[in-house]
Amino acid sequence: MANIIYQDAHSALKDLARDGMTVCVGGFGLCGIPERLIDALLELGVKDLTIVSNNCGIDGVGLGKLLNHRRIRKMVASYVGENKEFERQYLTGELELEFNPQGTLAERCRAGGAGIPAFYTRTGVGTLVAEGKPHMDFDGDTYIMERAIRADLALIKGWKADQAGNIIFRKTARNFNQVMAAAAPICIAEVEEIVPTGTLDPDAVHLPGIYVKRLINGSPYDKRIELRTVRQREGRA
Amino acid sequence: MSWDRNQIAARAARELSDGFYVNLGIGIPTLVANNIPEGMTITLQSENGLLGIGPYPYEGEEDADLINAGKQTISEVPSSAYFSSADSFAMIRGGHVDLTILGAMEVSERGDIANWMIPGKMIKGMGGAMDLVAGVRRVLVTMEHVSKDSVPKIRAECSLPLTGAGVVDMIITDLCVLKRDNRSELFSLTELAPGVTVDDVLAKTEAKILIRV
Repeated sequence: MANIIYQDAHSALKDLARDGMTVCVGGFGLCGIPERLIDALLELGVKDLTIVSNNCGIDGVGLGKLLNHRRIRKMVASYVGENKEFERQYLTGELELEFNPQGTLAERCRAGGAGIPAFYTRTGVGTLVAEGKPHMDFDGDTYIMERAIRADLALIKGWKADQAGNIIFRKTARNFNQVMAAAAPICIAEVEEIVPTGTLDPDAVHLPGIYVKRLINGSPYDKRIELRTVRQREGRA
Repeated sequence: MSWDRNQIAARAARELSDGFYVNLGIGIPTLVANNIPEGMTITLQSENGLLGIGPYPYEGEEDADLINAGKQTISEVPSSAYFSSADSFAMIRGGHVDLTILGAMEVSERGDIANWMIPGKMIKGMGGAMDLVAGVRRVLVTMEHVSKDSVPKIRAECSLPLTGAGVVDMIITDLCVLKRDNRSELFSLTELAPGVTVDDVLAKTEAKILIRV
């Protein structure tokens, strides 16, 4: 079997990264972001990137690093939260921004990976999102047409992979990773552990290896928590 | 007299039915989770890919891989299930989620809702709100009746960019309950908070409403 395992994020990316490319990036907030690959993209110095991702990290973390170094020309996202640098670059016109409803963003990427060039959705009808888009009535309801997203490269984060690239995600870190993997001709996955082929239960695989062209073990991870919320144990004040 | 935030949430919780799948927004809607009637099974959906949201974890048990749509650490319940963002919004768009409870900046008399953007201020994005109001079977808004500047939030027309057009089924505010059974109708005033009169509501409501208390 062909070897898809690379030594590190830098070696997996160096012949693929180029200026002006469109990159689909998995993750929701800081949960399940491909942080090693984002760091490598930064090190490789590529610029004028179009990034398709639900969020843009936070200040100096995840995609926020690419933003701070002005490597992103255009951001396609559903929510960019409180990020002063994002705001500054957007307001000065350095950064182009396209907001998509979160479900529309997920479906545009899913469609892009599934050979569906466009689809109709009720989401956004009668709002700014619908402006300039074809409208069509089906069974008495109005829908708008949304185009699929097909990127040059997809970067995702999984939990466990086997050497064939079959991936299992963990809890809510799956989010956009499963979707983004197929939305580009080449997907690079970083995972916390690579196990020998044959040791994952085929019934438990979330992302079949066909989508994963390159694989790295990115551990050890020190996963950041964006908002730590806890409850008190009973019997303690 | 009027309802406080927790009382608004408690009133909203009376709209739940056993077995419902529900998506709660941030703010007052989140408080609805603390008011689920005893013995009722409600499954909370988190649009980042989870059915079955549990309480906040005990200190020391926080897991960076387990968060809600507000990016807070949470826990699982025995019935929890995880899925991708595409599957999450397929179940939202496909009408499989019974109820969503959201906050709003404005609601119009035709049930338009605005809750994602104030032009001229930094815009953060709509997240999943447009998908929720377009796809979930029933849309309930909980909010203060008027803004901090005492401007009515239930208006003839929304002045802010819309999240969805004609999608709101029910509004619960600190003053009253407004609802409609059909999205082509105006809202009817059906309940008043303690000590609130119909005239109080009318004085603070710009939208045309029907009085059915």
